[in-house]
Amino acid sequence: MKTIVIGVIGADVHAVGNKIIEYTLNNAGYNVVNIGVLSSQEDFINAAIETNADLIMVSSLYGHGEIDCRGMREKCVEAGIENINLYVGGNIVVGKQDFHQVKKTFTDMGFNRVYPPGTPIDDALEDLRKDLGE
Amino acid sequence: MANFLLIDFGSTFTKLCAINSEAEDIIETASHFTTVDSDISIGYHNALDKLFEKAGKRIEFDQVIACSSAAGGLKMAAIGLVEELTVEAAKRVCLGAGAKVDLVLSHHINKSEVKDIIDKKIDIVLLAGGSDGGNSECVIYNAEMLGKMGVKVPIIFAGNKSAQDEILEIFKKYNMDGYICDNVMPKINVLHIDSARDKIREIFLKKIIEAKGIKKIESEIDQVVLPTPNAVLVAAKLLSEGYLHEKGLGDIVVLDIGGATTDLYSICKSTHRKDVLISGLEEPFAKRTVEGDLGMRYSAPGIIKSLSEQEVKFINLEKNVDIEKEVESRFNDVKSLPQNAHDEFIDQFLAEMCAYRAMHRHVGRIQEVFTPMGVVYNQTGKDLTDIKYVIGTGGVIINSKNIDKILLRTTNILNNPQELRPQHPKFMVDERYIMAAMGLLSQKEPLLALKILKKYTKKLRGNANETKK
Repeated sequence: MKTIVIGVIGADVHAVGNKIIEYTLNNAGYNVVNIGVLSSQEDFINAAIETNADLIMVSSLYGHGEIDCRGMREKCVEAGIENINLYVGGNIVVGKQDFHQVKKTFTDMGFNRVYPPGTPIDDALEDLRKDLGE
Repeated sequence: MANFLLIDFGSTFTKLCAINSEAEDIIETASHFTTVDSDISIGYHNALDKLFEKAGKRIEFDQVIACSSAAGGLKMAAIGLVEELTVEAAKRVCLGAGAKVDLVLSHHINKSEVKDIIDKKIDIVLLAGGSDGGNSECVIYNAEMLGKMGVKVPIIFAGNKSAQDEILEIFKKYNMDGYICDNVMPKINVLHIDSARDKIREIFLKKIIEAKGIKKIESEIDQVVLPTPNAVLVAAKLLSEGYLHEKGLGDIVVLDIGGATTDLYSICKSTHRKDVLISGLEEPFAKRTVEGDLGMRYSAPGIIKSLSEQEVKFINLEKNVDIEKEVESRFNDVKSLPQNAHDEFIDQFLAEMCAYRAMHRHVGRIQEVFTPMGVVYNQTGKDLTDIKYVIGTGGVIINSKNIDKILLRTTNILNNPQELRPQHPKFMVDERYIMAAMGLLSQKEPLLALKILKKYTKKLRGNANETKK
């Protein structure tokens, strides 16, 4: 069974979407490790190391996603999990910005998949199956 | 009717406590220097003679039970993967079992770290790492490393259950003294203490007792059941929770300042509040922390080391002493007892420092986080603000003329808003120094132990607020 670490990054306490993601991924047959809200980059990475996770899925709903996610890939490299999949989604930047630009920013930061606001989790499921080779 | 003799083979003193179950009371207590280097029975017999003399008669005992922290106590190494997770979990299990954690290792261990395990004469190694179904590569590597380097002491594997089979093979391959038990952190941030703790106790009884020279008097005592700090933890938990119809005291903190270490025990949930978000590894209900660098004799230099040069000078000026010299003399003569008012003053001061520092490391923290949803409180560690009683034990506290001043140091005297120290506790003292003994007795007669504990844990006059005035 593939393991996915999920959580809400930074000073963000939006818990509802987080629960929906947990529910959906569990039903899809993944081992979900939910570290919850107010999680730091280190919390995600530590959990991924201990659980030997295949993917980290970061949620951010309050617009500060860019600041919160910066340097996360570099930390994964330092921690010895350089090949782990990094996904991010939610309202990851403030206001209605051009999503192509936003996507590029996060891809440059080392995220494998970047999702715009309002994406149903089922869309991400397809990418998941592809990326985790199932 | 039954007479119990409870023995605590401490690092400095062998303490005896005789109990009569019918009177539900202490018959007499006595102590003598521990003589573990020569023959531990000498100190024991001297203490026993003293006890008989004080009681004015010989007493026949129906049961003789002992706990021990002699010869350095139970020395353990805690190995895990990530520092904040399995390493911390392993460490907490060792402390909860009453051990001294002399080595804490994370990730892939190297040769010099394994050499440390051998050189420091570690008694038991606790090997953890990986949640269940998670990382197994690291624990397997570490077990292989311990085997290859010829570590012969007992090794308890309490890591990822998926790695158990490989670990067992490694134990067999290198002919290691290995044991398997449940994972200390089966899921992220979930702490599972019981299985590994019981295994540590079991090995302590079977093997460590012998290595610590206590085997010599085994014919005279029925059983050595626990490491001393574990006995104190058991007693504190009993005193807090109560037993059957006999009520306990509720949430408590116990402070034990010794010659070599300062131990803090807190018996309470991690928080009573509903408006906080808790992060980090789950906290044990009965939590023990040990500060190996804070103590009155062996570890007195550690107190100075925790201060800056300026702080030392400030203390010297303000108190008109040479604190470094005082500490040095205590370190060089660990058996020394205060001879005059000056010695008492210094001991009181050192004890207050130990109490403050130890609580600083034990207590949880709270942080205000400003989010777009408003202010949120984020807590790590245990919230002790609503603790009802802070109880002091250990020679220096019991013999102090200002016990309340030492215990006061566990509260928030510096008004640091982030530290969740006890706010308005009442102060109590373990007057007859019987906590460890009652922990032992509770293994046989919990109700009797609780009644005696309650009787001899005396309230000091005043509470935190009054003491401040």
